[in-house]
Amino acid sequence: MNNLQNGYNDPLDAFEPKQARQLSRREFIKLSGMGAGLALAVVSVPFSKSATAATDGVEYNLFIQINSDGVIRIYSPNPEVGQGIKTALPMVVAEELDANWSDVVIENSPIADEYGRQVAGGSRSVPTRWDELRAAGAGVRAMLIEAAAGEWSVPSSEVTTNQSMLIHAFSDRRISYGEVANLAGELSPPMVDSLTFKNPEEYRLLGTRITGTDNMALVTGKPIFGIDLQLPNMLYASYTKCPTIGGRVVKANLDEIKALPGVITAFVLEGTVGVTSFDPRGVSVAPGVAIVAESTWQSFKARDSLKIGWDTSEASSDSWSDYVEAAEELRGKEGAAVLLEQGTAAQVINDAATKVSSQYGFGFVSHAQLEPQSCVAHWRENMMEIWSTSQTQSEVRGSVAALLDMPKENVIAHQYRGGGGFGRRLDNDYVREAALIAQRVDAPVKLQWSREDDMAFDFFRVGGFYNMQASVDENGKLNAWNSHAICLSADGEKPNSGAGLRPMDFPREMLEHFKHTQTLLPSKTPTGPWRAPSSNSYAFVEQSFVHEMAVVAQRDHLEFLIESLGEPKWFKEGDSASLNTARAINVIKTVAERAGWGTKQQPVGRALGLSFYFCHAGYVAEVADVSVDKDKKITVHKVWMAVDVGPVLNLSAAENQCQGGVIDGISTLMGLEITMTKGRVDQSNFDEYPLLRISSRPKIDVHFVKSEYSPTGLGEPAFPPLAAAVCNAIYSVTGDRIRDLPIRKAGYTI
Amino acid sequence: MISLSINGSSQSLGDIDPETPLLWALRDTLGLVGTKYGCGIAQCGACTVHLNGVPVRACQLQVGNLEGQEITTIEGVASEDGALHVLQEAWIEHDVPQCGYCQAGQIMSAAALLAANTKPSDEDINTAMAGNICRCGTYTRIVEAIHIAARKLDQGGTA
Repeated sequence: MNNLQNGYNDPLDAFEPKQARQLSRREFIKLSGMGAGLALAVVSVPFSKSATAATDGVEYNLFIQINSDGVIRIYSPNPEVGQGIKTALPMVVAEELDANWSDVVIENSPIADEYGRQVAGGSRSVPTRWDELRAAGAGVRAMLIEAAAGEWSVPSSEVTTNQSMLIHAFSDRRISYGEVANLAGELSPPMVDSLTFKNPEEYRLLGTRITGTDNMALVTGKPIFGIDLQLPNMLYASYTKCPTIGGRVVKANLDEIKALPGVITAFVLEGTVGVTSFDPRGVSVAPGVAIVAESTWQSFKARDSLKIGWDTSEASSDSWSDYVEAAEELRGKEGAAVLLEQGTAAQVINDAATKVSSQYGFGFVSHAQLEPQSCVAHWRENMMEIWSTSQTQSEVRGSVAALLDMPKENVIAHQYRGGGGFGRRLDNDYVREAALIAQRVDAPVKLQWSREDDMAFDFFRVGGFYNMQASVDENGKLNAWNSHAICLSADGEKPNSGAGLRPMDFPREMLEHFKHTQTLLPSKTPTGPWRAPSSNSYAFVEQSFVHEMAVVAQRDHLEFLIESLGEPKWFKEGDSASLNTARAINVIKTVAERAGWGTKQQPVGRALGLSFYFCHAGYVAEVADVSVDKDKKITVHKVWMAVDVGPVLNLSAAENQCQGGVIDGISTLMGLEITMTKGRVDQSNFDEYPLLRISSRPKIDVHFVKSEYSPTGLGEPAFPPLAAAVCNAIYSVTGDRIRDLPIRKAGYTI
Repeated sequence: MISLSINGSSQSLGDIDPETPLLWALRDTLGLVGTKYGCGIAQCGACTVHLNGVPVRACQLQVGNLEGQEITTIEGVASEDGALHVLQEAWIEHDVPQCGYCQAGQIMSAAALLAANTKPSDEDINTAMAGNICRCGTYTRIVEAIHIAARKLDQGGTA
C-alpha cells in the first residue's frame, strides 16, 4: 500500500504548474506576448510599469524593453527576498538576447496575470521561468537580427550578435541594438519553435559571478524595502492581536486611545476567524485592535495604553510540553495509520540481530526574517492599492479582492524587496490586515508589525517527532526501515503545513522492507512553509539515523550511505522531483573527497560529520569539521558542500545562498526554538531567540558539480543537510547522539 | 522644537515627542530610511548609526537627548562628492548582501571599526560586529569585505 501523499502537506504544491514545463507555443504567446497575431507585442497592463521608464522604448514582450539610446530594460517578475532572483532571472533573458550586461537596467515587473506565477517559494522560480525567459530573450534577438538584415539588405542568416551589437561580418558593418530597436518593434515576433538558443558553452553571463542589481541601493540606504515606502499624507498603523492565539476582542478602551498624542483613530477589526491557517489565497484575518497614528512610533506607543478584553473560548490552548509528553508515550511504537508498507519491515527488524530504535524531535521555529512585516495600502473609490513584500505576489490581488468582496481588477498590487522571507511572506495575512485598516482611513496607511508581533503571529515551522527503527543484515547492509511520524494537525485529517514525511524516494525504493506510519496530535498553532518545508527537520532525522545505522553496523559512514542509495538510477526518469541516485552519489563522493574524508587522523576532540539530502530537485552533501570541548562548547571549523542543482545561473548568488544555508543551519540547530504555553508563544524577540552571531561562522567550502540537467532552485536545498552533519560529528567526538533540536537543550553552546 | 545634526547638516524635527527613538525620527520624520527597524531592543543592530563617531543603536536613543550631538547614518557615509566609502565599494564588488536588510547597520559598525583600526584582524572584526545579526547568513562575506575595504583604505581609498 502507498498512501504516503496523505502524510505530507505542502500547500505550495497548489501553486505549482500542473505538469512539467515544456513551453507550448500557446503558453509562450500568453506569457510573453509574442505571437503571430500580435504585430507589435507591447503588452497591455492595467497601470504604468514605471514612472522612470523611457518613453521612446519598445516593449517587445513582458520582459524586455529596448530604448533607442541602447538601454535594455528587463522586468524581473518574481519577488526578491534575498535569494537573488531579481538579478538571476534577467541574466537568463540577457544571455539569450546576447545583451551587454552593462546596458541592462533591471526593474521589478508589475503584478499582473500575464506574468503567471509571481511567487518566491519552493525554489521554483528558476525552473518555472527558465524556458519562457530564454525564449523571450532569443525571440527579441531574432527580431533585432531581422531588423538589421533588412536595414543592410542582407540575409538574416548572415547577421550575428555580440554584446548588444549586430554584426554583418562579410561587409564589416555593425549596428547597436538601440539603433534598430524601433525597426525591430515593427516586425512580427517569431514562433518559439523557430528560435535558436545558445549552447551553454557560448554563455557569457550564466554561470559567472554577477553582483546583485540592488547592491548600490542597499549599501547607500536608498528606499528599497517594503518598510521604506513613504507616500504623501501617509498614516501609520499598529495592529494588536490576542496573545493567546485565536482570541477575539470583546472590548477595548478605544476612546482613551484616540485621545493619545498623534493618534488619528482606533478601531476593532472583528476578523474573520479566530485561529488563522496558512493560505496565501485565503481571506482570513485575525481579530484585533488597529491604531492609526501620524507616525510609527506614536502607533506603537499608544499600544502601551491599550486595554483589551479578550474572549479566548475558541482560542488555542496548545502547550509544547503536552506534545513532548504525547511523543514520549508513543516512543518505540508504530502509528495506527499505515501510510506505506512494502515487505515486512516490522518483522525483519524484530528478528534482526543488529537494529536500532530511536526517537527524534525538533521544536517549532520562527521565520524571523529581519524586516518585520509591513504593508502599505490605499483605499480610494472602490480601488485598493497594495505595496507589499509578499512572496506570493500573484495571489495578493485575488486574496484582497475576495476579502473585500470586490473585483480583482479593482486591486492593484506592487512588489517591493523583502528583508528576508524564508517562507514567512508566502501568506498574505498582514496584507489583508492592512487592506481592512486602509478601508477605514482616508489616506494611504502603512501597517507596521513590531518584532514581537512578528514572532508571536508567525506561521511557524512546525515541531514534531519521529520514531525510527531499522536493521542491518549479517553483512552490515541496511535491510529494513520503519518510520513513524508524530505530527501536529489542525484538522485531524492531515499533518499541518510543513509537517510529515516529504514523499521522497529514499530509502523506500532501495529496500524490500519499508513501513511508514503516522500519528496526528491536535493543534491550533498556525504553521506554514519555512525554508525547505518538512525537509528542514526531517533531513536531520533521516541523516542522523543513517549514521546511527552505520555505527551499529560498524561501517564507515560514507561507504554505508552510498551503499544504502543502491545502484545509480533515476527513479522517475525526467521528473526533477524524483531522486536520481547517480547525482546523489556524485555529490556525496565529491564532498568526501574535498573534505579529505577518511584520509587524515583528526585531533582528539574533533571529528568530521557527513550528511546528504535531496529536496526541491537539488542534491546537497555536506561534511562538517567540528570540535567539542569538555564544557560542551562546540566549534564548527569548516563545512564543505557539494551541490548539484543543474547549471548554476549566478555563481556569486548561488555561493551566497549556500553559505547562508550553512549559517542558517547552524543557527537553527544550536539555539532556535519557539515554544507555547496554553496558546501563548513564549518567545517575543531576539533576546529569547538567539540567531547566530558572526564569530560563530565556520569556513565554508562550496562546490557546484558540473551538471547536464536543467537548472533548479537553490534557496531551499542549501539548508537541510547541515544539522545532521554537525550532530554526526558531535557523536563521533563524544558518543553523544543528539536526537532533539535545538541542541542547546542538551547543554551545548557555540 | 528639536533639531539634530545629521550627516553634517542641521535637521528640524518639528514638535516631535522628545521620547521618540532616533530610529523612527530618522525614518518617518526625516525620510532617512536606510536605518532599519529589526527588533527595537538593541539586539539586532539593523538600526546602527554613529553618535559622535561611536556606533550606537538608534532604537535606544531618544531624540530629546541628542541636541548638539553629531549623528551619522548610512546616507552620510559616502563622501560629499559622492565617492563611496571603501566599505560600500567592497560590499558591492564582493556581493555581500542577500536580502540586504541588515547591511546598512553592518556597514555602520564596520565603518566605526575601520575608523579606529585600519588593519583589523578576524578577532577584531568578530568583536566589532558582534551586535549585528544577519539572518541570511552573509557573515563569511562581511568579514572578507571588511578585509578588502581595509586593503583599499591602505591604497588610498575613501573612508
